[in-house]
Amino acid sequence: MHIVVLVKQIFDPDVATTVFRIDEEACAIVPLPGVSPVISPFDEQAVEAAMRIKDAHGQKLESEKNDVKVTVVTMAEETARVAIKGELAKGADEGLLLADPLFENADAVLTANILATAIRKLGDVDLIIAGRQAADKDLGVVGLGVAQLLDIPAITYACDIEIDNKTISVERVLEDGTEKVQTQLPALVTISHELGKPRYAGLRETMRAARKPINTWNGSDLGINTEIAYGRQHIEKLFIPDNKVNCEIIQGDTPDDVAFQLATRLKEADLI
Amino acid sequence: MTDKINILVLVEMDQDKASDLSLEMLGCARQLADKDDESDVVAVVFGDDFGTLGEDLISFGADEVILLESTLCHPYQADTWLPDMAAMAKETKASLILMSHNSTGGDLAPRLAFKLKCGVATSCEKITIEGAKTFLTRTCYGGKAREVLSFDNEVAIATIRPKSQTPIARDIKRCGDVKTKPLSVNKNDVRVNVIERKRIESDGPKIENASVIVAGGGGLGGPEGFEIATELADVLGGAVGASRVACDQGWCPPGYQIGLSGKTVAPELYIAIGISGASHHMAGCANAKNIVAINNDADAPMFNFSRYGAIGDYEALLPALTKQIAKLKGQ
Ligand SMILES: Cc1cc2nc3c(=O)[nH]c(=O)nc-3n(C[C@H](O)[C@H](O)[C@H](O)COP(=O)(O)OP(=O)(O)OC[C@H]3O[C@@H](n4cnc5c(N)ncnc54)[C@H](O)[C@@H]3O)c2cc1C
Ligand SMILES: Nc1ncnc2c1ncn2[C@@H]1O[C@H](COP(=O)(O)O)[C@@H](O)[C@H]1O
Repeated sequence: MHIVVLVKQIFDPDVATTVFRIDEEACAIVPLPGVSPVISPFDEQAVEAAMRIKDAHGQKLESEKNDVKVTVVTMAEETARVAIKGELAKGADEGLLLADPLFENADAVLTANILATAIRKLGDVDLIIAGRQAADKDLGVVGLGVAQLLDIPAITYACDIEIDNKTISVERVLEDGTEKVQTQLPALVTISHELGKPRYAGLRETMRAARKPINTWNGSDLGINTEIAYGRQHIEKLFIPDNKVNCEIIQGDTPDDVAFQLATRLKEADLI
Repeated sequence: MTDKINILVLVEMDQDKASDLSLEMLGCARQLADKDDESDVVAVVFGDDFGTLGEDLISFGADEVILLESTLCHPYQADTWLPDMAAMAKETKASLILMSHNSTGGDLAPRLAFKLKCGVATSCEKITIEGAKTFLTRTCYGGKAREVLSFDNEVAIATIRPKSQTPIARDIKRCGDVKTKPLSVNKNDVRVNVIERKRIESDGPKIENASVIVAGGGGLGGPEGFEIATELADVLGGAVGASRVACDQGWCPPGYQIGLSGKTVAPELYIAIGISGASHHMAGCANAKNIVAINNDADAPMFNFSRYGAIGDYEALLPALTKQIAKLKGQ
């Protein structure tokens, strides 16, 4: 079984609101010194989901340990190699970097087309795992776009995946609970954070990762014509909303006193 | 007739009624359509038992309602809804398609965009139309920023954030057409099967509609903290919510999660206890009318969003607050 995991390297989403800056002129975020890019957290969990499948199938039959191959694919600049290495150190088998100056500033439609073309070129892919959304623009479009372009079933917001032969069962997170759905491979699944924490890279795997291959394909390798964009997207404006309010800090000598003052204030404001 | 610009709204049901968010979307569509008398608002609903829903949707702003009828429609599956949704978009010459920003709209909108070869903007909170161009304002960077998008294509799809729009007042004198159509999809076309659904019921008010929410975060330190928070919620007749940290730790069910990747709420009163106020959390509650922060760190960002704040350990403050409020309410 060949699993492809789609990962994107992004500006660290945990950067505090107080230091987050944007350049309104360029409609872009201002990089912060000392803050390195990270793999989008949902995508790290997508790799984790792939590793869990690999573990489960490895345990079943010791001799078939390599039966599951995991390829981490990213469309990014050359520098994203480091990020791929990080995922190989968690146990993924190969990396594939799709890099070309033509791909810069690709929107979701172009990105999905590039990724789908690469997956077609890989040829033997059974399962594609993506994040529910990239935690930079929080769009949640590319994964489903890839499935639509490859004309395979897609299952979103997964928190658990089981594979039995060619049947994939997925637990999906909904607003009021979960549902279990089933489909046949090849398929695409997007991962939600309820899947749980990704593993850390071990020392042994990190050393092994140094020898794992990372291939690079550019636009001509893929035969990609960047004109494949429909409804091309324009970012007209990027801004930070101002929603600060003046906070009245309730004073008091003891917790009981603070609680009394706060309750009284809420009563006066007709909130309770 | 042919040049008419239509706005298509995908209405979702909540029990036997249109969901609150669907009515918000109809309100948004109505406002946009009223700027131009050639525009119509068309509501599309998938289901198998509509009752008076068609007329209801007219009274909430639709000019036309298309009811797609089949027992296959529930529970939602992309394969069942997508083909007819695409057909309706073409048939009505929709230039703007609105869907809920939830697990249905989030699952369907991107697929529809690729099928129709048009642009899609998720998590929108404002839409304006100027001339032939649609401008969609959406949240991004974990709620820290907003971007305004436009697309070259004539059709744009948007998923709309809950509580970002205002429904119009119900007007039973409004008229419009209600059509029922059979679904074109057959059982054999559906590639994904739903094996089982687990609904998590909570006894209190539904968090999405509660006018008071007591939300707990990492600062509560464990499930015991949530018990203390629940006592306050009970006295206030409110619902309990949580930050992602608390849900991930398993201190409360995942359905409690408020924020970017959880629920969006806009209660009158939001009491945030031991929640730092990270942008991803605020994305789900910044529209609360009044936020009260209880936190032992005076520098917690939550105070920047709050009308009232109390600095201190929740273990001391919270039981006292519950007691005082109960007293004031004469309970
Ligand atoms: C892509 C992405 C999506 C996310 N989506 C969501 C989301 O939907 N919802 C969400 O909530 N988060 C989300 N997060 C996580 C978010 O960034 C924060 O990590 C999270 O909101 C922090 O939760 P917290 O404030 O409860 O916990 P912490 O960061 O642990 O903060 C705990 C707070 O409690 C205070 N405290 C500690 N002890 C006490 C005490 N005894 N009494 C009073 N106060 C105390 C501390 O001062 C602190 O302010 C997301 C993150 C990412 C990257
Ligand atoms: N440049 C990229 N390279 C690889 N995968 C990507 C890229 N952009 C998006 N994805 C995948 O698509 C998912 C959704 O992205 P988005 O639609 O941008 O929110 C991400 O979680 C990734 O799994």
